[in-house]
Amino acid sequence: MDPSAPADFLLSVEGLTVSFDGFKAVNDLSFYVDENEIRVIIGPNGAGKTTVLDLICGRTRPTEGSIRFKGQELTGMREHEIVHAGVGRKFQNPSIYEDLTVFENLELSFPRGRNVFGALFFRRDAEVRDRVEEVAEMIFLKDHLDTEAAILSHGQKQWLEIGMLLIQSPKLLMLDEPVAGMSIAERVKTAELLNTIIRNQSVIVIEHDMKFVEDIAHRVTVLHQGKVLSEGTMDRVKHDPKVVEVYLGH
Amino acid sequence: MIGDYTFGEFTSILAMQGFAGLSLFSVFVLMALGLAIIFGQMGVINMAHGEFMILGAYVTYLCSHLVTTYVPVLFPVYFFAAMVLAFCASFSLGVLVEWALIRHLYRRPLDTLLATWGLSLILQQVYRSVFGAREVGVTLPDWMMGSVALTDMIEIPINGLFVMGLTILIAFGVYLMMARSTFGKQVRAVLQNRVMAGAVGINTKRVDRLTFGLGCGIAGIAGAAFTMIGSTGPTAGQLYIVDTFLVVVFGGAGSLIGTIASAFTISQAQSTMEFFMSGSMAKVLTLLTVVGILMLRPQGLFTLNIRR
Amino acid sequence: MTSDTQLFKPREWVALAILAAIILIVIPIGVDTFRLNLVGKYLTYAFVAIGLVLCWGLGGILSLGQGIFFGLGGYCMAMFLKLEASTPEATKIQSTPGIPDFMDWNQITELPFWWQPFHSLSFTLVAIVAVPAIFAYIIGAAMFKRRVGGVYFAIITQAVAAILTILIIGQQGYTGGVNGITDLRTLLGWDIRTDDAKTVLYFVNAVLLIACLVAAQFVRVSKFGRLLVAMRDREDRVRFSGYDVANFKIFIFCLAAAFSAIGGAMFTLQVGFMSPSFVGIVPSIEMVIFCAVGGRMSLFGAVYGALLVNFAKTTFSESFPELWLFAMGGLFIAVVMAFPNGLAGVFRDHVEPALLKLAQRLPLWRAGGVPLSSSAK
Repeated sequence: MDPSAPADFLLSVEGLTVSFDGFKAVNDLSFYVDENEIRVIIGPNGAGKTTVLDLICGRTRPTEGSIRFKGQELTGMREHEIVHAGVGRKFQNPSIYEDLTVFENLELSFPRGRNVFGALFFRRDAEVRDRVEEVAEMIFLKDHLDTEAAILSHGQKQWLEIGMLLIQSPKLLMLDEPVAGMSIAERVKTAELLNTIIRNQSVIVIEHDMKFVEDIAHRVTVLHQGKVLSEGTMDRVKHDPKVVEVYLGH
Repeated sequence: MIGDYTFGEFTSILAMQGFAGLSLFSVFVLMALGLAIIFGQMGVINMAHGEFMILGAYVTYLCSHLVTTYVPVLFPVYFFAAMVLAFCASFSLGVLVEWALIRHLYRRPLDTLLATWGLSLILQQVYRSVFGAREVGVTLPDWMMGSVALTDMIEIPINGLFVMGLTILIAFGVYLMMARSTFGKQVRAVLQNRVMAGAVGINTKRVDRLTFGLGCGIAGIAGAAFTMIGSTGPTAGQLYIVDTFLVVVFGGAGSLIGTIASAFTISQAQSTMEFFMSGSMAKVLTLLTVVGILMLRPQGLFTLNIRR
Repeated sequence: MTSDTQLFKPREWVALAILAAIILIVIPIGVDTFRLNLVGKYLTYAFVAIGLVLCWGLGGILSLGQGIFFGLGGYCMAMFLKLEASTPEATKIQSTPGIPDFMDWNQITELPFWWQPFHSLSFTLVAIVAVPAIFAYIIGAAMFKRRVGGVYFAIITQAVAAILTILIIGQQGYTGGVNGITDLRTLLGWDIRTDDAKTVLYFVNAVLLIACLVAAQFVRVSKFGRLLVAMRDREDRVRFSGYDVANFKIFIFCLAAAFSAIGGAMFTLQVGFMSPSFVGIVPSIEMVIFCAVGGRMSLFGAVYGALLVNFAKTTFSESFPELWLFAMGGLFIAVVMAFPNGLAGVFRDHVEPALLKLAQRLPLWRAGGVPLSSSAK
């Protein structure tokens, strides 16, 4: 372990660069996330927001730079190993198992029996059942445990996917546009949910809905052309002339 | 191995095998071009592609037969007409198949594979019922017979040269069409973003149908070329289908240059090795090498690293 | 919902009982030994079809090379039987007695080293499953670790099947070439060509098939089975739920290979020879159609699919050989376009409701509330 690495951050991203055939989607990016923090990443389309999440969770390999999580280097680790290390990722479009019930969706995400033989001999015991019910309650789906996931509303699917992350008790959750397609009421509930989560977990959120961002963000990072344009509290960022120029508009 | 031959003989052998490989290369390229267009464009694996080629071959055979019987004067040039007809026949069948079968299966590539395999079985039986199970060959006009002697040891058959030239011409034509014509631009637009292409007024269904027909039509021309280097039978197409797929995948689907380069490599490797060992072992070694390389580099040789 | 995963649901018990009754009682009573042997041959393909249900139906991994594993299993068995048939006494007219006849014809004077261990039956029995499984592991590991899937995987497996066929045909002296390994006679001195032996082998085959079916069902209802479906539909989600997707795919591919290999070995025993015509591209893709006709998601359907398609093939190619390719081609198109869930789907959507309706008219059933009918699902 590099002794110079700041150990007090949960996640430290430094000098991160990825290039696709010469195009630098993320360019020398650095940022740090604290424990129990909700960090929101905003920025115009093509700023590299989703790519940053892809890089952290191992879906894309960085060209340069380092990603440290709890002092552990994530670059070079395989996706499932990064998950085991405690990073959870929700995709932009709800990515759930439509043919399975809510219960089964959560059960498949339960962090036990993750290897071939573990999965073959996995038993649905009281521990699994209790944990599934506990998470289902958090994500407002307690009454829908037997519902096939395909017939949930869009917002409920988003919650379900968040639940599938929560059941793994990750230290860091990364949510790509979690409230897209949600009603106002659902957005409020989601904000509540996130605020409950951070009692012992950190969250990185990509979001466009400024009202929602204001509700949840501890700090905001504004990306533009693969670089950090501005960073700080929502209030500060909102009044940063550069941000107003490229993103928020006048 | 060189021990038994003088150096001069050895190079001649290599050159001769190389030219022999060029005919195989031509068929590979024409087959693979069609397949690559279809696969690259719509992710559809057309297992009946070999049968489209054989359709072109049978059309050529019919032409040669009809022309010799009714208008022998035109015999020296019938081949050009046959090529056009072969293209038209395979193109029409392709469009029909797209309409009846393929368009329902665009989102299910594996199912398309099975359905087109079924189609290939049906076509084979049709050929067998119509043309008989025996293989047929075409008579070539005199000017295509014979060979050019490069040195006293190296001779190149004229029909081989002709097929070669034809292949280059068609490959170039396809390139021009894809790169320059409106249709080519539409095809690429649909490939890159189907929804958006539709939104800006491109008739994506028509583009799909024409692309599929075009790929099949090129296979038809491949069939016409095929008659010069092999005899045509109901199941002759099936022998080429796996090789051709490997050519396409090896070259990196969607890359014209890649397809040509990989067709060249594979046909030359096979042809050269055939001299040193039995044909079957040459084929085993070639295919094994290709599969081995594909396992190391599944995206093929000529693909770009694109943003997901 | 929260009830634990049962191996068989009540209706599946009924389905299993019906299947067992058909292949263990009805068919053996109903047909003569010759036909029984034919059915036995058909059932060896059911092993392959069951493997394909797991691999393709659940996991979305279409292998067009199951003939590879069927053939490897069959060849392992055939090698043992051939060595037993090639005693020095039985082959004393050869220029080199004691080696298989085709080797002698090809001027080979010594048994190749990799034939040697097949003198032992226990080695052979292990090899029947292990060789194909290891081969599948190599292909699977190379492909799945690099995330090759879908049509690419299908094409590569097809190419491997082609390569293996060409190799077997080309290396005549070691493999028997295009004729394959023929003239197999006894298994540990027990003549497998008699009617009695064929009947016994039929039952061994049937019992093994049911065992494989139960094993496959165990996989299907386990969390592994649900993960397979999840991987087919949402591979990334599974990966980001902390699973190493490649390992699961490799395992199921190997399992399917092992099933196919058992089928291949039983084929050799019952039919008395093994040849490259059961290995290559065409037989491999036909094996997929057995599974597709039965219903790609249905283990029971796979068995019926293998039986029906092969029965149709025999009947057709005896009476109307020219129609068979049309029928086969049509079958491929039909199962894809019209019946993606095969016979099992038709049964579930049409036959079962009709049976239920019929049953409600019968007072006996109405009173008892007996769990009705079987589902091929």
